[in-house]
Amino acid sequence: MSGYIPTIGLEVHCELKTETKLFCSCRNTFGSEPNTNTCPVCAGHPGVLPVINRKAVEYTVKAGSAIGCRISRYSKWDRKNYFYPDLPKAWQTSQYDLPLCIGGEVKIKVNGEEKTIRLNRIHLEEDAGKLVHGAGTTAVDYNRCGVPLMECVTEPDMHSADEAVAFLEELASIFRFAGVSDCRMQEGSIRADVNLSLSKPGEPLGTRTETKNLNSFRSVRRAIEAEIRRQTEVLESGGKIVQETRRFDDATGEGYGMRSKEDAQDYRYFPEPDLMPVVLSDDDIARICADLPELAGKRRQRYTSELGLSEYDAEQLTSDPALADLFDGAVSAGANAKKAANYVMSEIMRKGKTAGEDGIVVGISGLQLAQLLELVDKGEINLVTSRDVLNKIWLTDMSAGAAVDALGLRQNNDAGEIEKLVRDIVAANPGPAADYRNGNEKVLSFFVGQLMKATKGKTNPKIAGDLIRKVLSE
Amino acid sequence: MSMDITELTLGGLVAAMEAGEVSSVEATEATLKKIEEKKDLGAYVTVCGDSAMSAAKAADKARAEGKKSPLLGVPVAVKDNICTEGIRTTCASKFLENYIPPYDAFVVRKLKAAGAVIVGKANMDEFAMGSGSEYSAFFRVKNAIDPTRVAGGSSGGSACAVASYQAYASLGSDTGGSIRQPAAFNGVVGLKPTYSAVSRNGLIAFASSLDQIGPMARTVADCRTVYDVIKGHDAGDSTSYAGDVDKGDTFTSLKGRRIGVAKEFFPKELNGEIRAAIDKALAFYESEGAEIVETSIGSFDMALACYYILSSAEASSNLSRYDGVKYGRRAEGCVNLEDIYYKSRTEFFGAEVKRRIMLGNFVLSSGYYDAFYLRASKARTLIKKDFESALSGCDALICPTAPTTAYKAGMSADDPSAAYLGDIFTVPVNIAGLPALSVKCGEDADKLPIGMQLIGKPYCESTLMSLAEIYEKGGER
Repeated sequence: MSGYIPTIGLEVHCELKTETKLFCSCRNTFGSEPNTNTCPVCAGHPGVLPVINRKAVEYTVKAGSAIGCRISRYSKWDRKNYFYPDLPKAWQTSQYDLPLCIGGEVKIKVNGEEKTIRLNRIHLEEDAGKLVHGAGTTAVDYNRCGVPLMECVTEPDMHSADEAVAFLEELASIFRFAGVSDCRMQEGSIRADVNLSLSKPGEPLGTRTETKNLNSFRSVRRAIEAEIRRQTEVLESGGKIVQETRRFDDATGEGYGMRSKEDAQDYRYFPEPDLMPVVLSDDDIARICADLPELAGKRRQRYTSELGLSEYDAEQLTSDPALADLFDGAVSAGANAKKAANYVMSEIMRKGKTAGEDGIVVGISGLQLAQLLELVDKGEINLVTSRDVLNKIWLTDMSAGAAVDALGLRQNNDAGEIEKLVRDIVAANPGPAADYRNGNEKVLSFFVGQLMKATKGKTNPKIAGDLIRKVLSE
Repeated sequence: MSMDITELTLGGLVAAMEAGEVSSVEATEATLKKIEEKKDLGAYVTVCGDSAMSAAKAADKARAEGKKSPLLGVPVAVKDNICTEGIRTTCASKFLENYIPPYDAFVVRKLKAAGAVIVGKANMDEFAMGSGSEYSAFFRVKNAIDPTRVAGGSSGGSACAVASYQAYASLGSDTGGSIRQPAAFNGVVGLKPTYSAVSRNGLIAFASSLDQIGPMARTVADCRTVYDVIKGHDAGDSTSYAGDVDKGDTFTSLKGRRIGVAKEFFPKELNGEIRAAIDKALAFYESEGAEIVETSIGSFDMALACYYILSSAEASSNLSRYDGVKYGRRAEGCVNLEDIYYKSRTEFFGAEVKRRIMLGNFVLSSGYYDAFYLRASKARTLIKKDFESALSGCDALICPTAPTTAYKAGMSADDPSAAYLGDIFTVPVNIAGLPALSVKCGEDADKLPIGMQLIGKPYCESTLMSLAEIYEKGGER
């Protein structure tokens, strides 16, 4: 064992899911044809001016208050100047010394142990475009230019890849529940830079390196592990860590140096003269945060302490805001919490997962689910036929009752009617009836089968069993 | 008819068109002919004959149908740093020699909506950096009164076009005096509005916190007509003022008016002819009933340095987008990305632009920011306060527009810092964000016009125009 302790700080970039970009009215959407969501403003034409998207400010305020940041009453914009073809103005509009959100913290649980990771700040900035390398040429896609991006900077409070990943997962969950970002790694809507140094216990922190632009939780983990290995080897062999910016190659699993501190860029930050400062009153902040939904952690607590669910169930239900919203909706529409939880975790998760590749698609409302569960409860349908009902109402606003009728699935619970059918079947099958009376219990299922066949499965199985016994025992 | 209709004032032309004596097609044809005759003055980078003629026809048709609008059918010039959709907009730079904007600037939309006929794009100092319009990458602008002299700058083309009857009015832009000084050198009226009173949307930025678009014309009344068309809020410019931009007064009597004279604007070494001309104008105002009050701008000496630091800092950032990647020109024979940046920026920027970019990058660079940019920002606050307090006791300050009249061409090339001194009376106004107007107040021994500058309170352009108009009607011209 080397005895080195890694110290890790993260810079996390989350794309906000606003309708439009940060400084123009181009659509903020992923996967369009290159350079179709662009205009003179986001393409950096001469003479254009930015106009702030208030929604992006509001989303950042929401995100900040969700993790307990202090929201700045006065924040401003700055230009970060550098040349790169994906940055058409040759500066990124960002916030340098007066960010929108200051401080804040996120609680994580690693190996059963709870830890608090402090944030330094969250600021709002614009994303750059994307270089597309082809055979011997490079093209630029400006679609992503000007997409609003929150940069969340942590304090160096993490000490392992597990902690860093747990932090990222919790942060992504908070932002998803707050409704401000989808945090979809494969679309690049959440990306992280890792600052990492090694030190011996009790000694000052070592020289740090920064590994940039990691776009999956998996590569964050692998990059941290690789960098810990590399720095340990350098230090063990008597070398010195060079302060530098690094990249991580997912294919090889290795990091490599990009540029050292000596040739670090001078960004020549200065206040953006084309934008007014963001001034927020207490009322503004209260209004923005008024519709901030209850976050995953709070819901988990409520599910276990108030609704009596297990920790595991609470965890499952809060894995996605859409599932948690459905569950809460069903419970407030009168569903039994345990039954609703079970149904969400089995039927809904199964169906939702197959429908979409990215997260869960929830195709019914809490009210629809509560109605469905009520029908099962009352014995109008059973769990097996409930799947047909679910398919029928999925992605529609049809009520479960209407679906049952439309499908003709309603169970016959009329004892008088069932008894008449049973008497007919018993009369038609004197042999098996005699067997039963002679003590062969097994033939009971024969009669149930006959009854279900005659009624196409729509007979309440419990009532049917009781009545068959009664008639045969006469 | 022997009268040259290009010599009508804008107001005179509109009246003649209203009376059916002249058509816009005639006025536009005459203007285009005048532009061709005076091509040698270098006022225009691009002449838009075809689009002007169709706009003129449309204007005549609209007028025949009973439509009325303040600039209906009036031929005007637009400085070549103001974007015109489909019409090349070069900033008089090789970099943008082939740049055709995909949109109209806010002020151009306003001009078009008011019926104006844009006859061409006015020549200027490259990217509006300069005071003589000698730094155009294409050809210099000559002074309309004496072609051996400079037109002033950077809106030299806009001033020359109006002074030599190649347009009835024009738009210029003013970052440190670029409307007022060429107006003075060519003997026309130029108004730099209050910062934020006119949208900068579509003005190719030099120094965003100082740039303002404004009108230039042969009379104060014409200037007012154009200003009333272009002023006002634009949601597309975040710095545009959403409140009332008409806080000034309109008046014809000077009774009860106070005019301030700040001693810093009259240094000992000031040219005697210019001092005499301003003194005469002040005497006129006094004789007409105004009170002359002495005041002071204590921070005056900081203004020039403050201006060159702030404007160059912003310019270095604003001009970074010209990198040979997306639009404009790209140098030949580039083998990699750095080559594209390096060769294109070396080849297509002129010396003065490079000088300002280097200065701007220096004052923003790590280790120098506090000593230069930050101190200049603090100086800006002081200068603003000084003007606020000086103007609290009067309606306007009066001073020379420039320390000299139009000088001989080729003189500024030797010593750029001496050329910067020519902006000494105009830059403090941009730093303070105030409105100011230059109007002719006499001539020197060489018959060159002398400009008088009137500086006002925020959004009090009409006060300045009333004061200037009273002088124009009764004072020495």
